[in-house]
Amino acid sequence: MSEKTTNQKAWLLVAPVVILVAFNALIPLMTVVNYSVQETFGDNVFFWEGMKWFEDVLHSERFHASLLRQLSFTGIILAIEVPLGVAIALTMPKKGPWVSVCLVLMALPLLIPWNVVGAMWNIFALPDIGLLGKMINGLGIDYNFTQQPMAAWFTTILMDVWHWTSLVVLLAYAGLCSIPDAYYQAARIDGASRWAVFRFIQLPKMKRVLTIAVLLRFMDSFMIYTEPFVLTGGGPGNTTTFLSIDLVKIALGQFDLGPAAAMSLIYFLIILLLSWIFYTLMMRNEEQ
Amino acid sequence: MSVELRNVTKLSGLDTHIHETNLKFEEGGFNILLGTTLSGKTTLLRLMAGLEKPSQGEVWFNGQNVTGMAVQKRNVSMVYQQFINYPNMTVYENIASPLRVLRMPAKIIKEKVGQVADLMKLTPMLDRMPNELSGGQQQRTALARALVKQADLVLLDEPLANLDYKLREELREELPKLFADTGATVVYATTEPVEAMLLGGYTATLNEGRVTQYGHTADVYHTPANLVSAEVFSDPPINTARVEKKGDRFLLSDTVNWQVTPSLRHIPDGPYTIGFRPHHINLNPIADTTVKVEGRVLITEISGSESVAHIKVGDNSWVSLSHGIHQLEVGNTVELFIQTDRCFCFDHQLQRVTN
Repeated sequence: MSEKTTNQKAWLLVAPVVILVAFNALIPLMTVVNYSVQETFGDNVFFWEGMKWFEDVLHSERFHASLLRQLSFTGIILAIEVPLGVAIALTMPKKGPWVSVCLVLMALPLLIPWNVVGAMWNIFALPDIGLLGKMINGLGIDYNFTQQPMAAWFTTILMDVWHWTSLVVLLAYAGLCSIPDAYYQAARIDGASRWAVFRFIQLPKMKRVLTIAVLLRFMDSFMIYTEPFVLTGGGPGNTTTFLSIDLVKIALGQFDLGPAAAMSLIYFLIILLLSWIFYTLMMRNEEQ
Repeated sequence: MSVELRNVTKLSGLDTHIHETNLKFEEGGFNILLGTTLSGKTTLLRLMAGLEKPSQGEVWFNGQNVTGMAVQKRNVSMVYQQFINYPNMTVYENIASPLRVLRMPAKIIKEKVGQVADLMKLTPMLDRMPNELSGGQQQRTALARALVKQADLVLLDEPLANLDYKLREELREELPKLFADTGATVVYATTEPVEAMLLGGYTATLNEGRVTQYGHTADVYHTPANLVSAEVFSDPPINTARVEKKGDRFLLSDTVNWQVTPSLRHIPDGPYTIGFRPHHINLNPIADTTVKVEGRVLITEISGSESVAHIKVGDNSWVSLSHGIHQLEVGNTVELFIQTDRCFCFDHQLQRVTN
């Protein structure tokens, strides 16, 4: 019954968002797509290459190696940070004057810029003058992260755990605080053990925030660049060259814009795919 | 199981939450703790459950001192205002959980859960998760958990407060019957006088951490021991006024006075406080023993077949509840009739004077 009214002025209202999204996401993305299917020379000369760069990247051993490094790194830090974060959140006080002290202490690492974190840990871990490096060597362990791959990995992981476990702690703590006290009382009256309280009350109630924590940590760690770049520069050799570092080397170091663009798109799709898998797996029970 | 609080006090920091309390709940009784928010109902329940320790005094179950006994050894169950169920267990597993903790054989668990689910009308929902249920069903699940445990003491902390009106009425009717069959002693905390009346049993009125009266629910309502108990057990609130007794008459003001009821005729002359419930002051004379007063209308509310009017009479603000619909203009002066034989008379310590 109602007649459709046409009002072209509505476009004016949507326009700011359209322009913003265009400049901020669509145009840059399309530029990358443009580069990924062409060969570029100076003076803006382009040659059509089709899927060649994608095939090159997918078959390149160098890409495989950095992808594997990236997956291992992300896997290890998730396996450490999530359980550790939950454990710390469980031990934090629920009320009283210590709450704010704990929260501020926990939030501190999150406030430090990536670059600074890298520089801090670099100096901290130097075997000749760094507090950590000197201490480890003092214990009789030969440790030099600028030369030993194992030491470099250890330091990078330790730095990431130090920097980002707080995020998991804060999210898990928020989840814990939202559980009404009555749940704990009910469990006590039922005679439930400490483990049962964790397994059947705290964990299920934290599920949503933990999903967010895992997703955030996954995405962030998969894109990690600044900290390892400042700490190790991707070395020794290229043992800590993660995907982002490798990408920058290809794009800006070698100026291979085509392969770099193709790699960016593949990189983006991997993150998207893995995030989707994580989300679906963790939310699977919720849907039923 | 009989439950007894002996000289129990509870302090929290410098504040007194529960003043010295002596209460004895008989075995298998349905007991109500009636009081406003923060009157100490929940604290009393927690003390009985063993979730909190009294600062002084003792808790006795069946003639046995259980003050230091751990919660899980007391065989109590508790249901809360919030719907508390294990979020990632099915309704069946939720109901079975207290039995699993007791390590009962699977066959017996199945049988018991089946019975209770049937009783609580949860049989079709047994495979569902709590968050897929309506509020009423969630609370039924929580009640089923309390029921299946066959606890000796069942503590219900405003279990119906978060339910909508219809469900509340339905469950309120079922609750006393459900627990009567188990032989458990039930303690039910509520803020609503009407709910206490409907549930029956025994009532303890609470005010600011003090039990002001305990007895049969109807007795507490009809013969309050003091003004505080009468106030707690009255909704809308009870009306009060200062009067002077002279000879066989109560003097409210220069013009309003009435004859003292025979049972109170021998009390000494002097100042008293009288209290009467809102439905004992009406817009029409109902009984023979009424006295007429005049007052100014402050607020009127009409609910279905009853009219509530807030009236200023002299210095007193009273609430009047009359049957039928009376359209009153705010600011107008109206005539009201107090049923004088229904007035409680309190002495200067606000204890009710009996004779």
